Amino acid sequence: MGQPGSAYSLEKPEQKLETHTISVLVDNEPGVLARVIGLFSGRGYNIESLTVSETEHEAHLSRITIVTTGTPMVIEQIKHQLDRLVPVHSVTDLTVCGETIERELALVKVAGVGEKRVEALRLAEAFRAKAIDASLEHFVFEITGRQSKIEQFVALMQPLGLVEVCRTGVAAIGRGPERM
Amino acid sequence: MSANENGSVTMTGAQIVLQALADQGVEHIFGYPGGAVLPIYDELFQQDRVKHILVRHEQGAVHAAEGYARSTGKVGVVLVTSGPGATNAVTGLTDALMDSIPVVCITGQVPTHLIGNDAFQECDTVGITRPCTKHNYLVKDVDQLAEVLHEAFYVARSGRPGPVVVDIPKDIQFMTGTYKGVSNSQHKSYVPPREGDQAAIEAAVEVMAKAKRPIFYTGGGVVNAGPAASKSLRELVRMTGYPITSTLMGLGSYPASDKQWLGMLGMHGTFEANNAMHDCDVMICIGARFDDRITGRLDAFSPGSTKIHVDVDPSSINKNVHVDIPIVGDCAYVIDQMIAAWKARNPSIDKEAHARWWDQIETWRKRKCLHYRNKSDVIMPQYAVERLFALTRGKDTYITTEVGQHQMWAAQYFHFDEPNRWMTSGGLGTMGYGIPAAVGVQMAHPDSLVIDIAGEASVLMTMQEISTAVQYDLPVKIFILNNEYMGMVRQWQELLHGGRYSHSYSEALPDFVKLAEAYHAVGIRAEKPAELDDAIREMIETPKPVIFDCVVDKTANCFPMIPSGEAHNNMLMGDDLTDEDIENAISEEGKVMV
Repeated sequence: MGQPGSAYSLEKPEQKLETHTISVLVDNEPGVLARVIGLFSGRGYNIESLTVSETEHEAHLSRITIVTTGTPMVIEQIKHQLDRLVPVHSVTDLTVCGETIERELALVKVAGVGEKRVEALRLAEAFRAKAIDASLEHFVFEITGRQSKIEQFVALMQPLGLVEVCRTGVAAIGRGPERM
Repeated sequence: MSANENGSVTMTGAQIVLQALADQGVEHIFGYPGGAVLPIYDELFQQDRVKHILVRHEQGAVHAAEGYARSTGKVGVVLVTSGPGATNAVTGLTDALMDSIPVVCITGQVPTHLIGNDAFQECDTVGITRPCTKHNYLVKDVDQLAEVLHEAFYVARSGRPGPVVVDIPKDIQFMTGTYKGVSNSQHKSYVPPREGDQAAIEAAVEVMAKAKRPIFYTGGGVVNAGPAASKSLRELVRMTGYPITSTLMGLGSYPASDKQWLGMLGMHGTFEANNAMHDCDVMICIGARFDDRITGRLDAFSPGSTKIHVDVDPSSINKNVHVDIPIVGDCAYVIDQMIAAWKARNPSIDKEAHARWWDQIETWRKRKCLHYRNKSDVIMPQYAVERLFALTRGKDTYITTEVGQHQMWAAQYFHFDEPNRWMTSGGLGTMGYGIPAAVGVQMAHPDSLVIDIAGEASVLMTMQEISTAVQYDLPVKIFILNNEYMGMVRQWQELLHGGRYSHSYSEALPDFVKLAEAYHAVGIRAEKPAELDDAIREMIETPKPVIFDCVVDKTANCFPMIPSGEAHNNMLMGDDLTDEDIENAISEEGKVMV
């Protein structure tokens, strides 16, 4: 007797963490987002990013896009747990369902004067970010792209006078003509 | 109530509630009135289709509905008021969620314009009950009330059953709206599976046919799938000739008197069941969920077996234990599909290997793991349950329990040959479950013998429900194994905490006989083994509620036991333990587990 390990060591250390983008079609009714979020907090799952909006007004359907990390076993659990919520119509793991397009929009406020200001504008052009607000002391850039592009842009703005960032979270859709 | 020109019927929200209950075939509801449900109580008063049972605490209402549901297969129904009515129901709702019991709980709510206002007896019922229900609703439009109620019943009983809350603000109960009858159309998003995937079933049957050391491991899902599923399970198990064990929740779906039955498995399961689980080469899990009380130490759980798992809830599959052949479907259908596939294949099984397997099982059985040292001067709790079983044999008996040592002894020494006869709080482990559950069972089966095998600590948590039993002439029997300790806590303190019995002794217990009399019930006490049988007979023959104070050995422990953090083949046995064994029973790592 006296070996470690038990029913409670659910996550095996040798299992690698994976990041998945999951698209969930739900009835747009009060409390549905709380059900989804409550599921993640109650069961100790991670939410890296969450985007939600009504996408089919007549059917009152919303699409929730969740980026989450976990072991393969946990990711499988997350999908099954989401699927058994009563207002959930479908759960699609975009990460395993062929090619996916992922986009995020960010608003990036940068303040500065002189050379830094010029550099910020030059980088914004290179990243195809639009200046949507400006004064002599600042810019607000709108940038759209994959998460990695936004991360990179924000990192570059850091030394140039980054003030604050607002990000929408990931919107994702499968490539090709089919519905999810 | 009036019918307008297009045939639809308008009525008040409160009338819609009663109409919907009647249309759902509800005969009994368990509840407690209060300000926010008065319009519904007023409607209850003016009709006689639905009988209301007044409990003494809302937790009791939900447990009674659970007992009712488990013993009948129907949906249990609860009606409570807002605020404290709803919060008191939370324990029962969580219990029903953990054990997959179909319950619809209607809660009153403050009027819609006061919601969010910190009104008197307001609480965020849908917020509080979201994680402890299968689904819940706040109805803000009286025209949707009927549909929501019908949907609540559908959700509660379909797929993996569970509790559903419908929160109805008081103004909605007064408002007039349109009633809609039960719809037969498919639900827009929630459609649980029924038949299992045929290819997976073929694959499972192939593995089963080639097994050399097979075992069936079944659970509460078989009971939930209805009596037909238990019947099919018996056919499948007998057809294969394989041994079968079951979880606490699944007891009765396979007859305990059958020779293929190995007894319950898990932490307090039998030596033969746990060893067979550990050594098997094919495990056929039907309607169970690899709970931590079952698996013990996960990395040593049945290491060499191919695992087949049948479950209606896909989130139960591959949750704790990797399964080789998952089958998502309702047991009632999948077991029949397995039988058909087995018959079609007509496999030539390895008889020689199976004979060796049964020989091995017999050697484990010979270990007689449930043996205990009986005493002549003091009643051993195991003996009390054995005598209770012997003296109720052949009777139409239903058993409920509280939670603790007595619950495990009941599971070990009381044997069930039919499903729906055993009501216990397995998942949540709710002390105080037994009396209200017995009230619910007796309500559904007025002429049957309903016994709550109880502990003196648990029973005090919901003792007030004996008053409900008296009010409705429900002759429930509360059979208390009284050792004056919270026995399971005491046992763990002995095994884990050096015998420092911190707050597990009840120093000021009531006189249970006098307590029974105070409630206008009957009190019986037995203190010596010699008087036990007569006292039990007296209890059975008393046509009134009885509190039976069975004074038992104070320090008996519940064995066999898989200590936490240990594997199935590493069990503590009751009859050969030394003090040192007890001292070292649980490893340092195991001590942090529950």
